Amino acid sequence: MSERQLLVGPFNRVEGDLEIRLDVRDGRVTAAYANSPLFRGFEMMMLGKDPRDALTVTPRICGICSISQSKAAALALGQVSGASMPPQGALAAAILHGVENLCDHLSHFGLFFMPDFARPVYAGRAWHDRAVARYTAQEGSAVRPLIEARARLFHIVGLLGGKWPHTLAIQPGGVTRAPDARDRIRIQTTLRAARRVLESELFGGALEAFSALSSIEALEGWAGGDVALFSEISADLSLGALGVGPQRYLSCGAYPLAEGRVTKAGVWEDGRVAPFDPAAIVEDVSHAWMLGEGAHPSQGVTVPDEDMAAPAYSWCKAPRLGGRPVEVGALARQVVDGHPLALALAAEGGVRARIAGRLLEIARLVIWLEAWAAALDPSARFMDTGPAPRDGAGVGLVEAARGTLGHWISCAGGRVGGYQIVAPTTWNFSPRDGGGVPGPVEAALIGAPVGEDERTPVAVQHVVRSFDPCMVCTVH
Amino acid sequence: MKILWLQSAGCGGCTMSLLCAENPNVLDTLGDAGIEFLWHPSLSVETGDEVTDLLSAVERGEIALDVLCLEGSVVTGPRGTGRFHMLAGTGRPMLDWVRALAPRAGDVVAVGTCAAYGGMTAAGGNPSGAVGLQYDGRSKGAALDEGFTSRSGLPVINIAGCPTHPSWVTETLLMLAGGALGAADLDGFGRPRFYADHLVHHGCTKNEYYEYKASARTLCEIGCMMEHLGCVGTQAVGDCNIRPWNGEGSCTRGNYPCIACTAPEFEEPGHVFTETPTIAGIPVGLPSDMPKAWFMALASLSKAATPKRIDTNAHSDRIRVAPSPKGRK
Repeated sequence: MSERQLLVGPFNRVEGDLEIRLDVRDGRVTAAYANSPLFRGFEMMMLGKDPRDALTVTPRICGICSISQSKAAALALGQVSGASMPPQGALAAAILHGVENLCDHLSHFGLFFMPDFARPVYAGRAWHDRAVARYTAQEGSAVRPLIEARARLFHIVGLLGGKWPHTLAIQPGGVTRAPDARDRIRIQTTLRAARRVLESELFGGALEAFSALSSIEALEGWAGGDVALFSEISADLSLGALGVGPQRYLSCGAYPLAEGRVTKAGVWEDGRVAPFDPAAIVEDVSHAWMLGEGAHPSQGVTVPDEDMAAPAYSWCKAPRLGGRPVEVGALARQVVDGHPLALALAAEGGVRARIAGRLLEIARLVIWLEAWAAALDPSARFMDTGPAPRDGAGVGLVEAARGTLGHWISCAGGRVGGYQIVAPTTWNFSPRDGGGVPGPVEAALIGAPVGEDERTPVAVQHVVRSFDPCMVCTVH
Repeated sequence: MKILWLQSAGCGGCTMSLLCAENPNVLDTLGDAGIEFLWHPSLSVETGDEVTDLLSAVERGEIALDVLCLEGSVVTGPRGTGRFHMLAGTGRPMLDWVRALAPRAGDVVAVGTCAAYGGMTAAGGNPSGAVGLQYDGRSKGAALDEGFTSRSGLPVINIAGCPTHPSWVTETLLMLAGGALGAADLDGFGRPRFYADHLVHHGCTKNEYYEYKASARTLCEIGCMMEHLGCVGTQAVGDCNIRPWNGEGSCTRGNYPCIACTAPEFEEPGHVFTETPTIAGIPVGLPSDMPKAWFMALASLSKAATPKRIDTNAHSDRIRVAPSPKGRK
């Protein structure tokens, strides 16, 4: 029997800095501790500010999920002031948000996740030469088309939202810029160009056909594009059984439109979906370098422990829903929405499930974006004006690329008295709670294989990156 | 030219923006000019021990470092230790790493306003003690000394912006690679003059509204945003409206105000970002170089002379009245 500890970091091809401590016995991870090593204190910065400044300040928590932060802040402020978006404003905001989420998924697959399979450690595998040709970091033949497709997709944000990241276009009352008929045509043209790249490079087939897959067998039978390459790798390396999370999936429902959210909200567990009750959230701080007690985010505070005292090991709080960890992300969203392929993947719950869930969402999202763009009405109102938020409390819940994001604000006399944020990776990369229960990635890493000579185990990298963590959002 | 790119207390948005470079894409723009990354957090394959080995070798001088790029501010808290960001896997604060690596670099580049001056991470009482590489807000002397120069003899090059335009970053790096960026090419805050000699006002599509002081009163009106909505494009450096963002965009084209994100201390303007502070109805911040009396005289004249078309459109969410050039049928 051999035992050792590993300290893995800096963990790149994730957003932000991440360190993971591993206990390893007989070539397997027996315990993992996820440390979010950067503290900035955005929640503290907001105290005393005019609530409207949240729209400028909080998107800058994160350069990859900036629109998600912006949208959550706008919804929270809207609850305080009573503002809401006219139907077309909500539609334009959904297009902005959907483009960001889609682009994040493309960056994840092409830049963050796949390059690990081009590593020399896999030389000799039947698929390795193809993985090297397509996804070698900065050089693979798939990398440039995906980067270029992403850059062109962001032209939609340039048109509707001025720039990306850090637009101020999304307001509680709608969007600042009313698109005209010509903008609508450009958006549709850009989406068609994106579809062409995705269908030829990534899927090797029609998005409609991929989004109609309904079983793992059908997924494994998909013969086109890099999806097939991923399936081949996944089967060879048993990525389906690697990195199984808590298999409890949360989504607050993505893309609020006038007729309701486009995807369903809920908590999936053991094949059943229960309603999502945001009141059941508690942020535990027992293993975070934070002072104070666990609290619901509407009552929570952020007071960093400058002594960084044990047993805490991360700046990240540990959010729990009904006392238990949940996994969030594209897979969770598709599972809660009841997509048949996602439901089949939910029972698997590992690396393949997360990646396939994201691929499924890419296909569905392009189709939705096309429909939303077609529904844009350049003659409509896109923003209503109303009083500024002054007194009261509000919550904004949205689905960022990486999962459920919430902003909780309270204000009095036009000043912020409380501001708490629970980001997707706060859920997924939380440390242990007071009961010693590990967070989702910590649990998912248990059992991951570690080679005798490995100091940064490649299987651990697959598991961690399958979550697409955003560490700058995590602690904020 | 070999670049080591590190990220500390920022949002990562300058890298995300850099990936939006076009004509050609970021990899070709840099690669074709012989620029490569020793390591980049989003682009490189190396992780964990591969990176810590590399950083140690650079620190010992065994690997030559042409350019050190830092994205994000440097946190000095708590109590001056820098432990609010311990670089993962190393047990050392990023503050230490930056001080150890900067003297090894041919040039040191601060990517974004956080790395340049502290930026948004320093807002709201600055809970993490965030500073820039060489500036703490407008004051020189921060993570690196006031007099720091890299091996090339230049101070820290501050590509300020929140985020940075992808071309500000690529063109600065291309100039460095070509030996075409000297001390005279940086402005008083260390910003490359190729973009900092312009004002965001230049090329602003709202210029006709500006000329007549036909001002938007809310964020869904298309008039000029200087008088009421906090826009400081007439005082902010940047070529945002000369070469737009993400295809055809800019903040003002998105119909929200310029907040001077290229400037030190933009994060605390002393008023709501989307409101213009006024004294007796006159905006406190006037256009750069313009005497107040001039502004008042011009403003009252031009307001009185505002054509109906401009006045109507300024207070609408889209163009309601089309121009009617003389002689047009």
